[in-house]
Amino acid sequence: MAERNKMKDYHQEVGVALGNAFLRTAMDNFAVAYRTARQNAFAGLDPAGLIEDVAHRKDAAISNIDLLLARFKAVAEKKGIFVHLADTAQHANEIIATIAEMSQSRKIIKAKSMTAEETLLNHYLESKGYQVTETDLGEWIIQLRGEGPSHMVMPAIHLSRFQVADLFADVTGKPQNENIEKLVKVARRELRQKFIEADMGITGANFALADTATIGLTTNEGNARLVTTLPRVHVALVGLEKLLPSLEDALAINRVLPRNATGQNITSYVTWISGPPPWHGEPGRRKEFHIVFLDNGRRDIAKDPTFNQVLRCVRCGACANVCPVYRMVGGHQMGHIYIGAIGLILTYFFHGRNEARNLVQNCINCGACKEVCAAGIDLPELIKKVHALILNEEGHPLKSTLLSKVLRNRKLFHRLLRSAQLAQKPITDDRGYLRHLPHIFAKEHNFRQIPAIAARPFRDRWPALRPQIPRPRFRIALFSGCVQDFVYPEHLEAAVSLFAGQQVAVEFPMEQSCCGLPVQMMGEHEAAAQVAAQNVLALDADRFDYIVTLCASCASHLKKSYPALLARRPSLAPKAGRLAGKVVPFSSFCHDVLQLQAGIFAPGGPRVTYHAPCHLCRGLEVREAPHSLFRTAGLDFVPAPEEETCCGFGGTYSSKFPTISGEILKKKLDDVESVDAQCLVTECPGCILQLRGGAVRRGMKLRVQHLSEVLMERLKGN
Amino acid sequence: MTQARKGLIVPVNSEVIKLFRAKAEQVAAKIQRVANVDAALAFAVDVCRHKEACTLLPAGCQADLSEAAEALCETKSAKTITAPDLCDNDRELLHALCQDTGIQTVYKDLRRHLGGIDVAITRAQFGIAETGTLVIDSTDEDIRLATMISEIHMVLLPADQIRESAGDLVMELSAMMQSNGNFTAMITGASRTADIERVLALGVHGPLELYILLIEGENGRTK
Repeated sequence: MAERNKMKDYHQEVGVALGNAFLRTAMDNFAVAYRTARQNAFAGLDPAGLIEDVAHRKDAAISNIDLLLARFKAVAEKKGIFVHLADTAQHANEIIATIAEMSQSRKIIKAKSMTAEETLLNHYLESKGYQVTETDLGEWIIQLRGEGPSHMVMPAIHLSRFQVADLFADVTGKPQNENIEKLVKVARRELRQKFIEADMGITGANFALADTATIGLTTNEGNARLVTTLPRVHVALVGLEKLLPSLEDALAINRVLPRNATGQNITSYVTWISGPPPWHGEPGRRKEFHIVFLDNGRRDIAKDPTFNQVLRCVRCGACANVCPVYRMVGGHQMGHIYIGAIGLILTYFFHGRNEARNLVQNCINCGACKEVCAAGIDLPELIKKVHALILNEEGHPLKSTLLSKVLRNRKLFHRLLRSAQLAQKPITDDRGYLRHLPHIFAKEHNFRQIPAIAARPFRDRWPALRPQIPRPRFRIALFSGCVQDFVYPEHLEAAVSLFAGQQVAVEFPMEQSCCGLPVQMMGEHEAAAQVAAQNVLALDADRFDYIVTLCASCASHLKKSYPALLARRPSLAPKAGRLAGKVVPFSSFCHDVLQLQAGIFAPGGPRVTYHAPCHLCRGLEVREAPHSLFRTAGLDFVPAPEEETCCGFGGTYSSKFPTISGEILKKKLDDVESVDAQCLVTECPGCILQLRGGAVRRGMKLRVQHLSEVLMERLKGN
Repeated sequence: MTQARKGLIVPVNSEVIKLFRAKAEQVAAKIQRVANVDAALAFAVDVCRHKEACTLLPAGCQADLSEAAEALCETKSAKTITAPDLCDNDRELLHALCQDTGIQTVYKDLRRHLGGIDVAITRAQFGIAETGTLVIDSTDEDIRLATMISEIHMVLLPADQIRESAGDLVMELSAMMQSNGNFTAMITGASRTADIERVLALGVHGPLELYILLIEGENGRTK
């Protein structure tokens, strides 16, 4: 495994991955194909309901691990299965090596097991002189290359047919054609020989059923069937979280697992082994069947009220499949051994903070993983929490301590923004962009034009803008967030003017400040809570019908995170709850509350497409309102194929990982370009900063606008 | 809960059979309706006869292999059909059908045939319509191996044993799993992989083709 301890080295590895053209194409094709495949596999079913059922069953099992283990063991031992419990990865490896020694095994074949990857079992057995051969095609390929998997289900997805042909030429001593069909047959026949020679077979298990001491294995190739059948010894290495009360639970999980993993209704083979099966390899000898349960911290995790949900993971790999960062850099940079969003979390628990430190920062917080997780795990939230844990253990870096200090003090924060505005004046061009970045930024940050801070923030303009509405339909408070207040005040101006025409009384509580999401993203939990407390008091939700925000990220943070951040402050928790209930994003307010009618808009608008902000479409599940408003406002709306794919901004993410952010942005703009729209509309100032900056840098004619600006423009008379 | 799970005997709804066929065909399983076991055996022998001599073409006969792997191939002398769970009468029939075809029949000790079996015939206890899946009790080692090492796997499935979903079989499957050493396989389509560039390839370790021989009507009644 590569050293990940230094952020600089990590950035370098990421850079290499981004430069790998084959990897980039493979990942892109996969990301697009997966989406359709998953959708088809769940057609006619209720995925949310099925996932909830999985979460429920796994939670019940996790809270009863010890009981299930005892039950499993009792039944298993009656059946002649040897059951072992390994406290650590090292312990598991030692147990398995001892089994090999006692049974006089020399040659070992393996089916794919992430748990065995977790313990680095192959390395250990090889160091003890055993010959270990992986028999899953992808695993065999990466074993021949001396690499770890780059995906939990498709371990060799990062390799091309040419690389595989070269490897197979080495193995067979004969030149190989790069025809995939042929290469697969070479593997079939080479490995068949290995199956026959092997003394011991090692598998993992997808399920361990306590009531009948059965293990369940899902595979497509059928190699696990041979691994468990031909050799005289079978060892299954099983994480304790795989224990379930009975078959019914496993079947419920198996309705989701393959559909979520590869878009299959079921894998080609699901094998259920309930004891040592008959074995005719040698007369008079019985099959030896061992199950090694692995703890390696799992029992502690099971007791942790925050993190116990990570044990729900069924290793489908979907969190990687939809991750925009994984799509750019592949699994070797998006995990240590476990890959994808769950990998970022599990690395900390199974492989330690040294391996996790940089990885946990490489989450863009788009929420795509949470939406597809087979077990409904709140992955982005747990990644942030692991980050916070590491900061608390190791000390907070200067950058995030400073930002925390500044954000806690609104006046200081706003004074700094104002002096920055003055400082950047000499480098601001006549379109309002910075001509060059301040010298503290490296050139990687140059992938988009950065807008200058507005000469007058919205809060300074507000007193003159404030409309007088004698008999308002609604009383609302506007929450601006810092980007719109200080960079894009025109978004808010457009909204205020639109609302005035709808008889909405608007207030702008002056004590409001940054929502606090940036510090939360940096793992500064305490600062995030303090900022939340200030805003809850400043906004005083009880005075208003709604709190409207034009920033999808702020909306989602206020609505979803504030109650949790302030849960332990009795004086504020109820108020935070009431605030959360009243927060509504701009499009929902216009569509659901104001119910804007076509009559107020001029017909014949331009061709527009839409970028769905992550925090709006997934964070708040607002999907239809913007589409519907486009049609109401007479716009020629044409959806882009990847409307809901992240733009690569991610707040502080884009400054921490500028090269990845820049590549995600490039993909996004390619996608937008494919529908040939005149205008790209979105509903989050962060997305606008990213998309507009990228479009300008690329010299595109495309206009990038906030929904509020577009609606305002289309009003009759404007 | 369906009536089947309560233990009542209910005629299998033709919609369920239709769904089973559709889902099985989706994963490239070939479905052949047969009147009875005799017809199934005749069909199997016919497929085997028309199969390339050492059909290893699809299984990689012409591949450039290491010497050890080549040597394994040479252990196979003639076309072979195996049917480990046929009753004596049916074995006689299969034997007669294979006469003068050059096809040898094997009923046990499949460990001696790991170089390859052309066609294996086994029985499924149940079918699952929702996914086009066969449930095969493979506890017997020869049955197990037959389903794994054959190039063409043919499975006899009485239509009245098809259930809508796996959930409808919880009681039956759990009963099977109670017994020690039980090895139950759920099989859906042929052995497949997409591990190289996500390109689907069949027959990576197990059968290259899966035939489901569906027995309907009186003869389909399970014994």
